Amino acid sequence: MSPAPIRLEAPLSKEEIEPLRTGDVVRLNGVIYIARDAAHARMKEAIEAGEPLPLDPEGNIVYYSGPAPARPGRALGPAGPTTASRMDPYSPLLIERGLRGMVGKGVRSEAVIESMREHGCVYFGAVEGTAALLADCVKEAEVIAYEDLGAEAVRRIFVEEFPVVVVNDLYGGDLYREGRERWRR
Amino acid sequence: MREIAASSVTEAVRELCIEANTRLPQDHLTALHRALADEESPLGREVIERLLENAEVARERCIAFCQDTGYAVFFVELGSEVRITGGELGAVIDEGVRRGYEEGYLRKSIVRSPIDRTNTGDNTPAVVYYEPAPGDILKLTMLVKGAGCDNMSALKMLTPAEGLPAMKRFVVETIERAGPNASPPLTVGIGIGGPFEKAAMLAKRALTRPSGEPNPDPELAVLERELLDEINATGIGPAGYGGTQTALAVHVESFPTHIAAFPVAVNLDCHSHRTASAEL
Repeated sequence: MSPAPIRLEAPLSKEEIEPLRTGDVVRLNGVIYIARDAAHARMKEAIEAGEPLPLDPEGNIVYYSGPAPARPGRALGPAGPTTASRMDPYSPLLIERGLRGMVGKGVRSEAVIESMREHGCVYFGAVEGTAALLADCVKEAEVIAYEDLGAEAVRRIFVEEFPVVVVNDLYGGDLYREGRERWRR
Repeated sequence: MREIAASSVTEAVRELCIEANTRLPQDHLTALHRALADEESPLGREVIERLLENAEVARERCIAFCQDTGYAVFFVELGSEVRITGGELGAVIDEGVRRGYEEGYLRKSIVRSPIDRTNTGDNTPAVVYYEPAPGDILKLTMLVKGAGCDNMSALKMLTPAEGLPAMKRFVVETIERAGPNASPPLTVGIGIGGPFEKAAMLAKRALTRPSGEPNPDPELAVLERELLDEINATGIGPAGYGGTQTALAVHVESFPTHIAAFPVAVNLDCHSHRTASAEL
């Protein structure tokens, strides 16, 4: 997407996300994690039971997606973002534990945005409906937990130049709100 | 009586599942190209370009262009002079879905119930609506319905006094509330009239109409154009990043209703608008 994208290598430090601003075009590289509804419900149970999480949130990025099956020879099947608001009840639990980024689509709750600002976490938007192109940026994929959940299992993936846009930064910026205000007639 | 073998229905359903999920319909592609030309926001244009590029890659490789390969919804126009031999039609359609979703590398997204959320493992049961028809026709129209946009759909029982202005307000409010979550640019299916469930059925059926084809009723066609303009004035834009192309098409279907009623249902479909049909 238009101006020179900002290249980030996950995992990320707080200092690395501080310069990001709403509307910035970013390319993600490195290791990130896929988890969605059912996996988040289980992670919440694990936290409540005092059990270890399948991923250490500290410095990491979670991508909300449920991939389609991969054809032979492909690391991952088509995998676009799903609606992030369904993860709103769970996200603060991970953000409090150091989660640095979330990738999804759609608006987040005030509680999540507040938690992001307090603890240092950024919400990125990926373009939904570009599942085939996004999967091409995934070079390796491995199920690391909750395999019985199928498409909803937790996966560790290695991405190269994964295209996202900063939706919510650390300073109250919101691409959805600002975009709509700018183009409303 | 025309006899149609169950196996040929299964095969047709299998092919529809794969076709609908891997090839965006031509009329929808045309609508996306038109939106690309009309979109004023640079970021909005880039989103549409990505969508078109994604559609091309999916078609070439025969892979799903969206990972949410949805509910398998079928509208079955069943002629009174047709008999299916060698199987019961509902079971035959499910078998086609089972094969199509497995062989097409499509995601299985259906759970047993809203309470027992165990995946059924093969994307069945299909959601099948039978439409009795004269003669020996058997036509299957498939709609692959993703949940992100279905979740943002809504129905309201308006009063006759509230009338058309309230209906238009409700449609635009529904889209404002959905914002980026429904994955615009949208196809908007609207059903008015009938009792409660009829409006919802009409809204879903409206999504299967070729993109932007106006309702044959001139008054409804005008309403569709007015609603499209109002929706595109919201500024939500492609992917919700802001822009002038929030919807590609608005399709309204109407049915007679009660003297006391004005039901309106709005079913939203994302930019991965998936329909395909086959006549046997």
